[in-house]
Amino acid sequence: MNIKRVISRGLFSLGLPLLILILLATLPFYAPGYTAILLSSIFMYVVLTVSWVIFSGSTGYISLAPAAFFGVGIYSSALFGNELPLGIVIGIGGIASACLALLVGALTLRLKGIYFAIFTFGLVMLIAHLLLFWEINITGTRGRFVVLVDYNTIYYVMLAIMVVTLLTSFLIRRSKFGSALQSIGENEEAAVHIGINVTMFKVIAFAISAVFTGAVGAIMATRWTYIDPFIAFNPLYSFMPVLMAIFGGMGRLYGPVIGAAIFSYLEEFLITKFPYYYMLIFGIILLVAILYLPDGLVGLVQKLRRRITGGKYANTGR
Amino acid sequence: MVVTILDVAIGGIMLGGIYALIAMGFSLQYGVARVLNIAHGEFIMLGAFITWTLYTVLGINPLLSLVIVGPAIFIIGFILQRTLFTRLRTSSPSPGAYEASSLLAAFGLLFVIQNVAILIWGADIRAYAYLSVPVNLGGAIFAANRLVALLFAVVIGVVFYLFLARTRMGKAIRAAAQDAATAGLMGININQVLALCFGLGALLAGVAGLLISMTFSFQPTMGLEYTIIAIIMVVLGGLGSIPGSFIGGFLLGLIGHIVTYFEPGLTLPSYYFIFTLLLLVRPTGILGK
Repeated sequence: MNIKRVISRGLFSLGLPLLILILLATLPFYAPGYTAILLSSIFMYVVLTVSWVIFSGSTGYISLAPAAFFGVGIYSSALFGNELPLGIVIGIGGIASACLALLVGALTLRLKGIYFAIFTFGLVMLIAHLLLFWEINITGTRGRFVVLVDYNTIYYVMLAIMVVTLLTSFLIRRSKFGSALQSIGENEEAAVHIGINVTMFKVIAFAISAVFTGAVGAIMATRWTYIDPFIAFNPLYSFMPVLMAIFGGMGRLYGPVIGAAIFSYLEEFLITKFPYYYMLIFGIILLVAILYLPDGLVGLVQKLRRRITGGKYANTGR
Repeated sequence: MVVTILDVAIGGIMLGGIYALIAMGFSLQYGVARVLNIAHGEFIMLGAFITWTLYTVLGINPLLSLVIVGPAIFIIGFILQRTLFTRLRTSSPSPGAYEASSLLAAFGLLFVIQNVAILIWGADIRAYAYLSVPVNLGGAIFAANRLVALLFAVVIGVVFYLFLARTRMGKAIRAAAQDAATAGLMGININQVLALCFGLGALLAGVAGLLISMTFSFQPTMGLEYTIIAIIMVVLGGLGSIPGSFIGGFLLGLIGHIVTYFEPGLTLPSYYFIFTLLLLVRPTGILGK
């Protein structure tokens, strides 16, 4: 019976994602255009959140830098979008973000976690100010236009980046590298003592998470058409992934995905009509989630499941 | 030339006075209560807006409203620590976990306070004129409100330092800062002391906001930038050291004012440059251990 359960579970966990992927890949053929636009926003947040969890979820170091990487991606698109093909522009966005992450990581990740959180907190504003200074005083411009890309291309590129991000996150969770990150999060000193080069592992994980954030920024920029330093480097894109990850729960891969999906859907409806109420609700949900749902929706689901199965086992007399 | 130097130096010290209050408040909240209060700037904003409302609607003198703004914001901070952060602290498995979860909770607070403020006061930039008569200091000319702000900042800072250094309650706070668990064993009501610290930190932010509202323009979204500045000042002085944060505040105010004189666009980057240098050379700050 146990073997049967394992097999059916294996089929379930492989088959369901595959089915969803096929549905999503064929979506533009049967769904109205608006659905694809909405879904690409959701994909964007899924990538931002899952890549945040790759680093912060396991190591426990709170990164408030996603917006910086996102902005670097956006600027790569603005700078090179006219001359280079889309794929290369996205690659540049990812690599440039990773370089920034390596630099910031090498600077702060050898220190206590609090310095890292502090440094990344202001990083976004720093880059926005520097860029604005540069644009006003050196290039004499303010803001740029980004080359347009049609919605279906954006949709497919977004989908592809999301699939790669999820796969990477899945593989890291299963690998020795992932276990090392996990052990850093649980007890960093112990991790040092069993021979893990903690600084290197942290910096690499940080850079990996930056690649996807930068890539998704590069493609998202093509939908916005006009950007300036303060549009591209908006601290909100640092805060959203944190909320979505905490609300969804970081214990399982699907937690951040669900968190991101719910919030981006909410945002789509609320932010245009009641922006301030939306942000207020956002803050309240974050507080409630931290206080009452320390493991997010995933933790809630697991608790419920345990209660149900626990009851069943008790009835069968095991 | 001399006048220009005097102009920049005095202006810097004036800004530094306000910054020092902000830094001390932040340091108290992190150093003792262990909350990296990312919402610190929001309390500054609240202080500024409450003062503005009292002045424009009820005609209350901004300096007089110190006795309203201070206690009001103190109570908000005190209650927050007693309810939200105490709950988090007691349910966190380790001090490290508490540091992370309280940071995230402060994050949530930032959004709640900022957006409530926007709903109440609107998103516009505000300012009012109070004591804006010019005063001549050896050739350099300043508005009287700036001098008053500096005077208040220094007096409040010194009173506060004496409170920490000389009183019994101050001693309890210092003990809690060193080791909260042991301080609790020595008979200090630790929840009360931490709540007091968080409340006092918020109070200092609120008073700084009051002084800022007299001299600068302000808006509901201004908090984030002040929080970044506060964090850098506190790292500069040494994380957890209250006298250090006072010095760090003055120093950064002075540097910031000098940079602003030459190139306003580079003020924040210059703070960050100092921060980066500090992380590379001496992460413990000026007075840190």
